[in-house]
Amino acid sequence: MEKTVRETIKEIIRRHLKKNKGQVFGQCLTAVGWVGGTIPELYEKDGMIELPMSDVSNGGIVVGAGLMSKRPIYVIRYQGFNWYNCPMIVNYACKSKELWKIPCPIFIRGIGMEGGIGPVAGSSHHSLYFRMPGIKIASPMTPKEYISVYNQFMKDDDVYYISEHRKSYDNSSELKDSLSYNEFDVVIFAISITRFESFKAKKILEKKGIKVGIVNIVWLKPFKIEKRWLNALKKSKFGGIVIDDDYVNGVSKSFANDLNLKSKKQMHTMGLKDRTAGFHKAVDNLPPNAKEICKQVEKIVNKN
Amino acid sequence: MINNKLKKNIFEKAALCRHFEQNVYECVAKKIIKFPVYLSSGQEFISSTLSEIILNILKVKPLIFAQHRCHSTYLSFGGSTVGLIKELLGKKDGCTYGMGGSASIHSPKINMFGHDGHMGTQVPIGVGACFASKKPTIIFFGDASAEEDYVVGVIGWASTKKLPILFIVEDNNLSILTKKKVRRNWDMHKLARSLNINGFNITDNPNEIIKYKNFFFKKPTLLNVNTNRLFWHSGAGKDSENIFDRYKYELKKMGIEGKKIDLKIKKKIDNLWKKQLGKQ
Repeated sequence: MEKTVRETIKEIIRRHLKKNKGQVFGQCLTAVGWVGGTIPELYEKDGMIELPMSDVSNGGIVVGAGLMSKRPIYVIRYQGFNWYNCPMIVNYACKSKELWKIPCPIFIRGIGMEGGIGPVAGSSHHSLYFRMPGIKIASPMTPKEYISVYNQFMKDDDVYYISEHRKSYDNSSELKDSLSYNEFDVVIFAISITRFESFKAKKILEKKGIKVGIVNIVWLKPFKIEKRWLNALKKSKFGGIVIDDDYVNGVSKSFANDLNLKSKKQMHTMGLKDRTAGFHKAVDNLPPNAKEICKQVEKIVNKN
Repeated sequence: MINNKLKKNIFEKAALCRHFEQNVYECVAKKIIKFPVYLSSGQEFISSTLSEIILNILKVKPLIFAQHRCHSTYLSFGGSTVGLIKELLGKKDGCTYGMGGSASIHSPKINMFGHDGHMGTQVPIGVGACFASKKPTIIFFGDASAEEDYVVGVIGWASTKKLPILFIVEDNNLSILTKKKVRRNWDMHKLARSLNINGFNITDNPNEIIKYKNFFFKKPTLLNVNTNRLFWHSGAGKDSENIFDRYKYELKKMGIEGKKIDLKIKKKIDNLWKKQLGKQ
């Protein structure tokens, strides 16, 4: 049986501590659940470091460990908590190599989840890091993607932000780009958890005769547009749509702009709506689901 | 008590810092240096005394974390004088490759790490480096940075982990021009004690600083050192003519020997600056 994303991350963490002699920092790591089952039951003597509740200074502690070449993994249990945790990472660790020629590699695990967790903790916040120089950002949703991102980090000396999502933890399948047709109506560029909903939407739309291509965006920064993506987009009838799990005024609009400039095709975006999430289902702010994606694609197709 | 040799060594370092800063002052006044510069004049006896104690008496080479107003720290712990001159002149072969200006300088040779510009961030970062490496660490910050929330939180963690850290608060009583009493009603050394680390409130008199050397790097210790900033927060200018000047006081106490050292070092530093400015 294939390993799930959860088991893959847990194994990577164990290897990072036991074999690579690294350190893992975070709050309440050894609490019930062990961060959704993604960390092994290890303690400070093994390099699993419980940090205090002082979020802002914790980011600095991890930067210090990065400067000492400990290749720290920093677990941030909800991506929204980055607003307090990331200031010293983006302003010091990310700039250290350029400013002082001293690399400060850190592997940040930002964990997204959504549904009933209010105005701060929900969904992804990778756009927060995106605007700063000196960082690489990936959003792996499959076991092989996660292994590949970690292996690259271990060969590199940059700061990595890993935009994880709890809904991917049970996944054991690999997601491949769906670019088999010669000509699409619309090409979807999907990020994070919206990749799963995009594939569901594709099935529904194809039953209605709408041809949809799907590109899986794993690397958010650097965002390198592959030739085959561009070819599919250029040949499409109605352009493309970038779908994200972060607020719509973030990376999705930046990517849409890049893709539009290169393809001259009209680009659209979907993401979290530009409003605050409440706790109740009626007032939550969730990422686009298959139904909403279908609606948006049909709107693009029918408008043209 | 400080013996004559140590006294002389400390004074020599203080003279180096004083005359270095005097040259920077003139370059800023003449607009040769145009970016923000934070002069450490008036506070130089803190670094000159501590560096002598730590490097030459305790024989420890610590990790050093500082922030703006750190020229004296850099110079006292052995950073390249020419490297800092070049840095302030924006040269690529400056100590921070022309990127660090005055506030973000570093020196791998002396284990001094650069600063990003957010006041007090060197405290959590230094604590993290100390925790990860277990190396003795000295962290300098001002009385204003001491008020940053993340500084208080992380001193608590250093206490919990019993790290070999020396926290030095260079307390010039000013945040730009706002006095401490306007900003807070508590004392840093008392806060340190409440967090279960050693906390002492002292002056920048070398005879006083050396009394605490046995506390250094054994468990977390904080010295709140009361001192005086001679010049503006940033740039070349004076807030007042009536500021106690530790350097002038110690120079007078040293007598003829002090004058000789002062003149010799002034000449040396002036020449280094003249040479680099001649290449402009």
